[in-house]
This record gives sequence, structure tokens and C-alpha cells, in this order.
Amino acid sequence: MKSKYDILVIGGGPAGALAAKTAAEAGNTVCLIEKRPAIGAPVRCAEGIGKDLLKEYVKPDPRWISADIERARIIAPNGTTISLEQDKAGNEVGYVLDRKIFDRELVWQAAEAGADVIVKTRATTPIMENGAVRGANIISIGTPGEILADVVIAADGVEAQFARRAGLDTTVPLRDMMSCAQYLMTDIDIDAGSTDFYLGNTIAPEGYLWIFPKGDRTANVGIGISGRRSRDGSRAKDYLDRFVAKNFPNGKMIEAIVGGVPVCRPLECTVADGLMVVGDAARVVDPITGGGIGNALFTGRLAGQVASDCIAAGDCSKGALMAYDTGWRNSKMGAAIERNYKVKEYFVTLDDAKLNTLADSIASASLKEFSVRAIIKELIKRNPKMILELKALRDALS
Amino acid sequence: MSTMLRINRDKCGYCGTCVAVCPEDALELIDAYLSLEGECIACGICARVCPLGALEVSNEE
Repeated sequence: MKSKYDILVIGGGPAGALAAKTAAEAGNTVCLIEKRPAIGAPVRCAEGIGKDLLKEYVKPDPRWISADIERARIIAPNGTTISLEQDKAGNEVGYVLDRKIFDRELVWQAAEAGADVIVKTRATTPIMENGAVRGANIISIGTPGEILADVVIAADGVEAQFARRAGLDTTVPLRDMMSCAQYLMTDIDIDAGSTDFYLGNTIAPEGYLWIFPKGDRTANVGIGISGRRSRDGSRAKDYLDRFVAKNFPNGKMIEAIVGGVPVCRPLECTVADGLMVVGDAARVVDPITGGGIGNALFTGRLAGQVASDCIAAGDCSKGALMAYDTGWRNSKMGAAIERNYKVKEYFVTLDDAKLNTLADSIASASLKEFSVRAIIKELIKRNPKMILELKALRDALS
Repeated sequence: MSTMLRINRDKCGYCGTCVAVCPEDALELIDAYLSLEGECIACGICARVCPLGALEVSNEE
């Protein structure tokens, strides 16, 4: 390990790995540090991702694809099921990944591109000079040290402490933090080709419960509820346990994990002098689906590109790095996050009766496109009497 | 150092959700170990959001 690099990446998830790989391929010296002793573990993810999105960044490999998904089903509180079929929609559905292997593959690619990778090493505080980030104080397997860099890319996930300590406000409001629990279960009766989403205030208040297949009779069974609905006796784990006891009483649990998914708006600004923030740390999770892998890959790669350009030009100031911030904000991803935040803000106001009404109205529809946008359009079309009620959704689309 | 926040290490899933909502940046997830590093103001937000109920604030309102 050297003590001075062009770029220091903090965090070895998908965002950090893509940033490191991209920057190393551009000819920079890059160091990626990961505080955990192993890349990819423990998993903090339901592991679903759209096929089109994934293929933008990495060639699908059966080694880290657990299941190929053909349909998605949204199940309303009254049991009404909205089924979205791949062969009826114009686009492909998605994969359920094996993140332990997937994350390793991405970091391996970064290493192969020339990046140094150091595990069990955490950044404690930024090294600041005249208000600019110049590196990080670290503790590497118990030994303190420092790594200097022209640009630090903070990819430290939901906790996002590095950017916070550099002066950016990364605190997630309680109402916008999804409190999640998930069991990897086996020996359960599931449709191995379908990702299922259960809605309802008694099942998953202001969130949803998911069944994402990992193969025959095996699935991630998990739940996210809003932090403001979480309390003793009705926490994510309590809701999940009730669902599992009722639906999979004989299932076996291979893994039990918990985690937080930030569904707030993205950081007000994702750059500062010498600093870029990517992935979950930048709060670029899709607020409706809670999906973060694709947006992490997108922002990670873009940050790697912009950092490389800025280093080549000899200017790593906030103004120069802003090309990254405006780049993702003006992208399709940026627009989708803004739209889906508004959509989410509407959906969290719905009681079960309204959720049922809306689900019933589109249950028989054959959607031409597999997307949040297509579902919203269909809801507006099929509920002319709710024109005022659905104004928030119409505004979100415009 | 305040002792108003109690961490039940047998329950904690060391996921870091509490770290992200703490308005004081008082919590830190060190590998597989949640630690109170800063000044706790006993706001109780971390205790609310925890998926497992591993945190307890003594004078939560």
C-alpha cells in the first residue's frame, strides 16, 4: 500500500468497485478500501435488478445470477394480484443476483484494471486542507495510517459517514429510512420465475414485503417498513416473522439479515472540493422500488470518469467535479428518482381500501411496458373518477 | 460519555441503519461492532428505526 494515490475509493460495494475500475482503466493510481474483512459479505440486499440496467455495466454471468425472472406480481391487501409478464411486456424483467459473488467479481475487475484493494481497513475521518478533502485517516487491521488522494470517492453505503464528516449532510430522515429484515429461506413453495411484492398497512406499512426467488424452493423473503412506523412489537422483523409463520411455516432459514434502505431525495450536492459521493451514500436509491444496485453502478462509473477528467485537467475543485453531480441529475436515472420520490409520497398516504381499489382497477390490464411509469399511467387511465385524488401521480409524471 | 443509549449486542444485526439516521453522528459501525463514539442526545431515533429492537434509550419521551 502506498500513501498517495490519484483516487481513493472508500467502500467495496458496486458503486465503489465501478468507480475504482473506471478510474484505474483511465490510467490513474487508485486505492479501494473496504472496512469489512470480505468483499460482498454480509449481504444487505434483496438482490433484484433489471436486466437492461445490469447489462450496461457487466456481462451477465451464471456464477452470480441466482435466478432469471419472467414475471412480477403485486399483491394488494385483499389478495388482488397485478401480474406483469415478460412475454406480454416489451422489455425484460430481471435477475436475482448472488451479491456475495457479484460484488467480488466487480472488485476483482477493479483490481485487474490496476486498482489496489485493501480490506478490513476503514476511513475514520477526512484529511482536510483549506476546506478541501485531500485524503482519509484510516485504520488498517488495527494500525492507524493515512492515504492522500487528489479525489476521494465516498462509496460507504447507507451509513455515509465519510461525506458527513467532510461537511455534507447525509442524515436520512426517519420517515425516509426503510427498516428492513430478510430471510434466505429454502424448502418453500414459491413461483421460481416471479418476484412478488405484497402491499398493505398490516403487511408492510409504507413499504412492501418481497419474495425474490434464488432458485427452486429457495428465495429471499424480506420486508421494508418506514422508520416512522417501526416500534416495539411492530418492527421489520416482527412483520416478517408473522408473514413467514403464516405462509412458510415449514421453511428453513439459511440466512437472517437486516438493513436500512434510504428512500429520501438524493443529497443536495454530491460533490465537494476533492470529494465525490456515489451509490447509497449519495442517496440515489429508487424511492419506489428501493433498488440501489443499478444506480450505484451508474453513479460509480460516472464518478470514475469525471474524476479521471478532472485529474487530467489538474482541477479537482467542487466546481470541476460538479460535472458528475449535474451528469447524474440530468440523466434518465436522476429524473426517475425525482419522479418516483413523488410517487412514493403519494402511495404512503393510501389506506388498504384505496390500495385495493387501485389494484382492482388495473388487475386485468395487460401492460405494454414493465415499469413504474407504465403502472402509473394505467392507474390514471383506469380511474377517471379519482382525477383529483390522482393529481399527485399525474404531476409526478409530467 | 453518555450512557443513555444501550446496545444489545446479542440482538444487533450490525447493519448500520441507526448510523444513517443519527442526527449527531454519534454511532459508528466498526466491522461487525456497533459503537457509541460521539455524544448521544437521547433522541431515540436510532431505537425507533432498528429492525431488531437492539437499541434502548433510557429517557426516551
